[in-house]
Amino acid sequence: MSDLIAEHIDMTFTMPSGEQVHALKDVSFTLKEGELLSVLGPSGCGKTTLLNLIAGFLRPTGGRLELNGAEVDGPGVERGMVFQQGALFEWLTVAENVDFGLRMKKSPKAENQRKVEEWLDIVGLQGFGDTPTYQLSGGMQQRVALARCLINDPDVILMDEPLGALDALTREKMQSLVLKIWKETGKTIMIITHSVEEALLLGERLFVMAPRPGRLHKEYNLPFAEWGLTQDLRDVKKHDEFSRVREEILGMIWNMEEEIMGKTA
Amino acid sequence: MSDIFQSPRGIFIAALFIALICTLIWATIYGRRLARTEVTDLVFGNPMKAMGGYHWVVSGVATVLLLWLYFSWDAARAFFPNAANELCQVAKVESAVIPMRSAFPFEERLLRGTNLLNRDSTQLEILRKRAQSDVFDDAKKAELGALVERLTVLQTTLATPESLSPDTKAALDDIAARIDAATAKLDAAELSSDALAAVKEAQETQAGWGAASPEVPDAPVTERGAIFASIAPELTQIADDYVAVRNTSPAFLAEVESLESAIKALGKEDKPVDDFRKQLNKMLKRIDDGAVFPPGALDSVEQSLANLHSVQLAQKGSLNWIDSLAMPGGKILSGNTACSEQGSGRWLPKPSDTVATFLRLADPDIGFKNIPLLSIKQKPVAEMAGFVIPDWIADFVPGEYPRHQADGTIGENLKSKVLNIATGNFPSFSVPVPTGHVWDSIMRVITGLFLGILFGVPLGLLMGLSRLAKGFFDPLIELYRPVPPLAWAPLILTIFGIQDDGKIFLLFMVAFAIMVISARTGATGTQLSKIHAAHSLGASRWQILRNVILPNSLPEILTGIRISIGVCWGTLVAAEMLAGTTGVGFVENVARKQSDYEIIWITIIILGLLGLMFDLIMRWVIDKTIPWRGKG
Ligand SMILES: Nc1ncnc2c1ncn2[C@@H]1O[C@H](COP(=O)(O)OP(=O)(O)O)[C@@H](O)[C@H]1O
Ligand SMILES: [Mg+2]
Repeated sequence: MSDLIAEHIDMTFTMPSGEQVHALKDVSFTLKEGELLSVLGPSGCGKTTLLNLIAGFLRPTGGRLELNGAEVDGPGVERGMVFQQGALFEWLTVAENVDFGLRMKKSPKAENQRKVEEWLDIVGLQGFGDTPTYQLSGGMQQRVALARCLINDPDVILMDEPLGALDALTREKMQSLVLKIWKETGKTIMIITHSVEEALLLGERLFVMAPRPGRLHKEYNLPFAEWGLTQDLRDVKKHDEFSRVREEILGMIWNMEEEIMGKTA
Repeated sequence: MSDIFQSPRGIFIAALFIALICTLIWATIYGRRLARTEVTDLVFGNPMKAMGGYHWVVSGVATVLLLWLYFSWDAARAFFPNAANELCQVAKVESAVIPMRSAFPFEERLLRGTNLLNRDSTQLEILRKRAQSDVFDDAKKAELGALVERLTVLQTTLATPESLSPDTKAALDDIAARIDAATAKLDAAELSSDALAAVKEAQETQAGWGAASPEVPDAPVTERGAIFASIAPELTQIADDYVAVRNTSPAFLAEVESLESAIKALGKEDKPVDDFRKQLNKMLKRIDDGAVFPPGALDSVEQSLANLHSVQLAQKGSLNWIDSLAMPGGKILSGNTACSEQGSGRWLPKPSDTVATFLRLADPDIGFKNIPLLSIKQKPVAEMAGFVIPDWIADFVPGEYPRHQADGTIGENLKSKVLNIATGNFPSFSVPVPTGHVWDSIMRVITGLFLGILFGVPLGLLMGLSRLAKGFFDPLIELYRPVPPLAWAPLILTIFGIQDDGKIFLLFMVAFAIMVISARTGATGTQLSKIHAAHSLGASRWQILRNVILPNSLPEILTGIRISIGVCWGTLVAAEMLAGTTGVGFVENVARKQSDYEIIWITIIILGLLGLMFDLIMRWVIDKTIPWRGKG
């Protein structure tokens, strides 16, 4: 029942100058509860737009979006967001950021505190509750953003290039954390990335999108996320199958990029 | 020199002066030595080199204080408390002989006679040419030309030694002799017993330099001064007599008379002739002054004056040095009734006097214009309640206000009781409340600022979020904001009154515009992803405004408040100078009208310190409340 269904989504932006940008064309898919989906595509192919539509920040100009049998209309706590730069509230401490959603709901304080501790524990930030967020490193900030989103117990977690700004080492640790959370909570997760390796590691399903207009180009079903739950991520990457799919998708995206260059030139 | 340390204040200032010089020398040597050890860094332009260096701060502060003590003559007064009084006596002599000295090339370039002759000759030459102008017929040309020639001859007569009358010569010789006599008296440096007694008396009874008005009491308190003072009246008389001496002789006067009637005979009928007549008349009056003497006629007077001057310098002795070194940037002048400081000694108040005046003003019982600078007063609670509660509240109480009855009494009902409370007309206990000029100024700024924040911040946030609000209110604010606040002052003070209301409204206008703009900038600068995040976390519109947009705008808002305080402070002081009866600006304006430089400087310092205090408080608040600023 708690599936995310997109039917013939169409999105056209109209600029103040009257110019129209066709960002998404006829996007349809169904995401079942507990599925891990990664979305990959060249820059400007409408990934963020798709996520904003699901989050309810935008209304599609065509088609319909449905979650748990109800049409998506506006933002809601059942769809949690994690942004590239964390979008933390820098005037609050780590704990205050994490329990932001609970405070907005006016739930009892004592219970909030217990939940915050629990989630800080899960994301590996024990003891950082009173630290101001601007004193944290980029990786730790993303952990706070994850905890802030998860404490609200959303049905779907939407992530827009959440690890894009992190260095390679931190990034790998965070990828494991995402997988761990996926396994432990069993949430539906949709993660956007521009790294092919990350898309392969963090996706049971993988959508490759094509630009102009933005549309679903190809879908893959992949075993690597499942492997990553039990194996070291570096071992997963060494697999022949992993290299093969990676080269195939890289080639695909290269072609798309070249096509864009050719069009504009 | 026995009287160097006359007063405790003098001792203190002298000690301070010496201590400051020592500090300055120490800090400079220390700094130089430190700079020499700093060989590891050879790079010019390294900003690290501007850090630290507290010894240079010490030398900077010491230099400022030294300059103040020096140019205000406070140091001079501490070391030489009698110098001003003595220089006052010298000034009496100097101002007495000025009418005579200015006729000779002592301070001037030319002898006055030479100067006058030069000027008159030029004028006569012009007249000579004009007499030949074609507006006159030939006969008139001849007549006018002749008159000009006669004037020329008359003028030349003045410079001819033969025509110097014996009476005039005798008068000049007499003047020279009297000057010589006064000079001899000064040179002998002898005082009558009466004069000595007067000096004793003045030493005991007369207030010291700067202790009371006039600034430099003018009765001599030293023998040296008394000698100068003793010859001053005589010299004044001599100068009067000298100015009255004219180079006239019976023949000269007869010719003047004859010329006068000849010029008059030209008549007023013909316009050009009449014009020329007036000019001839003017010329005649100038020559008639008889202020030109033959060469050498005044030599004796000139010589006497030169002698007097050199004796004067000799008698001044050490005073010459004190005058030029210890009292820079001005001198002591003698007026009709008293002596006064001129130059930096006048407009730069002495630190010790300034502190004394400040302590006097700070005494709540004295204050300025019967209002203390800053003090605590017992104020009934009722009065404050009456000020805060608007009177019209009583109008909404049901019923009618009571009317007087036949026996003249007035009853009470609920409505009248509420009115009594709203107007503060009820017995109550008193609480201590700050009052005074400084407090009034601060309260005006704070009230204006508070109202500006109260209305400006919400409107600014709204304008940052709504196209309608921005478009609608922008023209309104941009219409009045660019006008310098003081340009509004005359209008606002007329509408709202010259008391608190007008000033507070003016400050409100200033703060409001700044707060609107800064709150708007803050709201506009909120990252969309933060708002998205808050939405996804279930925040309502109001919660987003309160928990995301407001804190996100806080840095801009606080910076706006800091700017507002500064601008309000400046505007308020100017507004208080324009009108009103209290406030620091009012004090300064009154002091300005009375040329009271000490109070002017005191208000300047108070205003500076309060401005600094406001800014430090705001900086502290900013550091405490928004440590995250710039780190989002
Ligand atoms: N609010 C908007 N107004 C106009 N055009 C937009 C807007 N948001 C996105 N676009 C356009 O839609 C296209 C897709 O953008 P986006 O979803 O951000 O791509 P991606 O996230 O894949 O890089 C781009 O061409 C972009 O210029
Ligand atoms: Mg994007």
